[in-house]
Amino acid sequence: MTVESTTARKPRSGEAAQDAGAGRKTTRAAAATPAGTAKTAKTARSAKTAKSAGTSRANGTPGTAAGGRTPAGSRSRGTSGTAGTDAHGAAETAERDDELVQLLTPEGERVARPDYDEYVADLTPESFRDLYRDMVLTRRFDGEATQLQRQGELGLWASLLGQEAAQIGSGRALNDDDYVFPTYREHGVAWCRGVDPVNLLGMFRGVNNGGWDPNSNNFHLYTIVIGSQTLHATGYAMGVAKDGAGSAVIAYFGDGASSQGDVAEAFTFSAVYNAPVVFFCQNNQWAISEPTERQTRVPLYQRARGYGFPGVRVDGNDVLACLAVTRAALEHSRGGAGPMLVEAFTYRMGAHTTSDDPSKYRSDEEREAWTAKDPILRLRRYLEREGYADDAFFAQLEEESEALGRRVREAVRSMPDPDVMAIFDNAYADGSSLVDEERRAFAAYQASFDEGPDGSAAAGAGAEGGK
Amino acid sequence: MSSQKIPLAKAINESLRKALETDPKVLIMGEDVGKLGGVFRVTDGLQKDFGEDRVIDTPLAESGIVGTAIGLALRGYRPVVEIQFDGFVFPAYDQIVTQLAKMHARSLGKVKMPIVIRIPYGGGIGAVEHHSESPEALFAHVAGLKVVSPSNASDAYWMMQQAIQTDDPVIFFEPKRRYWDKSEVDAEAIPGPLHGAKVVREGEHLTLAAYGPMVKVCLEAAAAAAEEGKSLEVVDLRSMSPIDFDTLQASVERTRRLVVVHEAPVFYGSGAEIAARITERCFYHLEAPVLRVGGFHTPYPPARLEDEYLPGLDRVLDSVDRSLAY
Repeated sequence: MTVESTTARKPRSGEAAQDAGAGRKTTRAAAATPAGTAKTAKTARSAKTAKSAGTSRANGTPGTAAGGRTPAGSRSRGTSGTAGTDAHGAAETAERDDELVQLLTPEGERVARPDYDEYVADLTPESFRDLYRDMVLTRRFDGEATQLQRQGELGLWASLLGQEAAQIGSGRALNDDDYVFPTYREHGVAWCRGVDPVNLLGMFRGVNNGGWDPNSNNFHLYTIVIGSQTLHATGYAMGVAKDGAGSAVIAYFGDGASSQGDVAEAFTFSAVYNAPVVFFCQNNQWAISEPTERQTRVPLYQRARGYGFPGVRVDGNDVLACLAVTRAALEHSRGGAGPMLVEAFTYRMGAHTTSDDPSKYRSDEEREAWTAKDPILRLRRYLEREGYADDAFFAQLEEESEALGRRVREAVRSMPDPDVMAIFDNAYADGSSLVDEERRAFAAYQASFDEGPDGSAAAGAGAEGGK
Repeated sequence: MSSQKIPLAKAINESLRKALETDPKVLIMGEDVGKLGGVFRVTDGLQKDFGEDRVIDTPLAESGIVGTAIGLALRGYRPVVEIQFDGFVFPAYDQIVTQLAKMHARSLGKVKMPIVIRIPYGGGIGAVEHHSESPEALFAHVAGLKVVSPSNASDAYWMMQQAIQTDDPVIFFEPKRRYWDKSEVDAEAIPGPLHGAKVVREGEHLTLAAYGPMVKVCLEAAAAAAEEGKSLEVVDLRSMSPIDFDTLQASVERTRRLVVVHEAPVFYGSGAEIAARITERCFYHLEAPVLRVGGFHTPYPPARLEDEYLPGLDRVLDSVDRSLAY
């Protein structure tokens, strides 16, 4: 078990917590055993997990066999208590540092997790196909964007290649009224929120700094300064709690951002105000060229304990586990139990951005080892193993994927440059006399080019101000 | 509260109280703003009357204060946050400059950031390091932020009301050494625009432009100069971003001379911007170059030396004499 026990808090609103619990229980009761059913013994899974974790982490404590503790969501609900830590739970967890929550092995075998199985018990063959479709289309979109950058249509692109499961799993765990604060690589989460992928490309093409209304999809704009948005998410969640809204907020960030002070401050604020925010760290092993070992000496999910809330590490290449763990975390937060940290242990298979060259700092062996854990291949194997999808499904998806690629390519190429006067738009909500003055001067300067060869126009004003 | 003579700090307190009463979305946040009422007691009694949910004591983390205020604003709240002292704003500078200032533009106008950041600023109270600085130019230089500073209780009351109501982020610099200065506040009055400058003393021979704590020094200088037969006009700029250059230009076109006074270092300071703009606008009216009086290009000195560092009556009058000698 990787869930850490800390304070069991009283739900903020007993009624809301009960409602949430009731909804979840119905699902559980309806399907006690997951459709896939457990095929691998727990001991085998643990051994496998410990091995894979051991190869990529130098500093962690060795993983041990799993226990069967209740996930944070159900543990915290309805339990009264005051500040303090569960010493027993903490000691127990410390022995299991490197264990990942995993529901699908890289070979596509469903493994039992009694503590998390209930969170995906409602999934039907169709739901599995949908998750697969989401991942395939997201990867296709991402690949198309990378190509468009290579063709000079985009100034830069931050690829999510390899992180599809972490993003689709967590993204599909959200309710419509939950709110997302992404960094700049959450194309898969954006997809889950219904943001048109074309809109994600505006800022990378350089026509705007964020091409969607954050409130239409409850998906905030991309944030380039790493970690900043974890504080925005926390503040937003504080507002959600004040409003008694019963929804949750999720903040995405990476292993590099975990070193930023803002993330530490977000942990502090969310804990002391018991804000309903889930911190979803995609540990993709590399912050540009710096490995996770350069960011932390302890597994990242363990950071949460010091702030007084639970942390859990999930196999970030396992879409099913990401879905289950995020659902549990969101339920925990919605129910009034405060923040939770999820560390999705995954891998950035591509470059940090299109201007990066990962061959300078990491080995082919490493990449190959992770390629074997490819999140899409893993789910495909599961679909085939269970007979959930046939050739017609895959063929149809391939067509859909091609169509998406075509649409994105054409949309980007026909994306118009903004009007030059847009420079002055929206600097201020209530306007500013300074901006007005500069707008007038620049408009006059622009107009001076249209005034014919005699040069009698009001030139020379420029951006310097003028009268 | 109708018309009465109260200290500047009390005027801000009354203004915040009115905002909390009027709009349930207004929140007060900061270190020690609750039970203690702030280290200057500006928020005194507000938590008692409005509760911990509206007047929020925060962890000691300035980036966290501003960053969470941004999130609350995204959720529809109107946070008024306090940075305890000028020199402590820098941990929050990243959030203010990279996030708060740009969120409206980044969202193509879809998102508003109605946040007020209150910063007690400036010297003259014998404080230790980081408690006496005037970083207004660092904020005024950033597009998306509005930067204001009242010089008296009435402006403090009304400008705070207006700052809270505006949908843009406002950096509200409070002249801490004027907190205890009393003046008449009429809560029924109709205030002028937040970003409008005011001629607070009329004169003929030279314009003194200042804001915040230096307005009082300039008024004293004008009174002293009057005894020598020099008639100085004093313009209280009130807002450093944007600046009401029209009012200032009109004054300079009458007096033909300008001296800008502020506590912040002169080098790259707001006086430089004012001098440049006024020179552009009033070149043919000016009888002398625009002169600046302010701090040195040094760290703010220990308190025993601050009287020499801060522009006082003599340094202002010395510059007035230099200008008039052209």
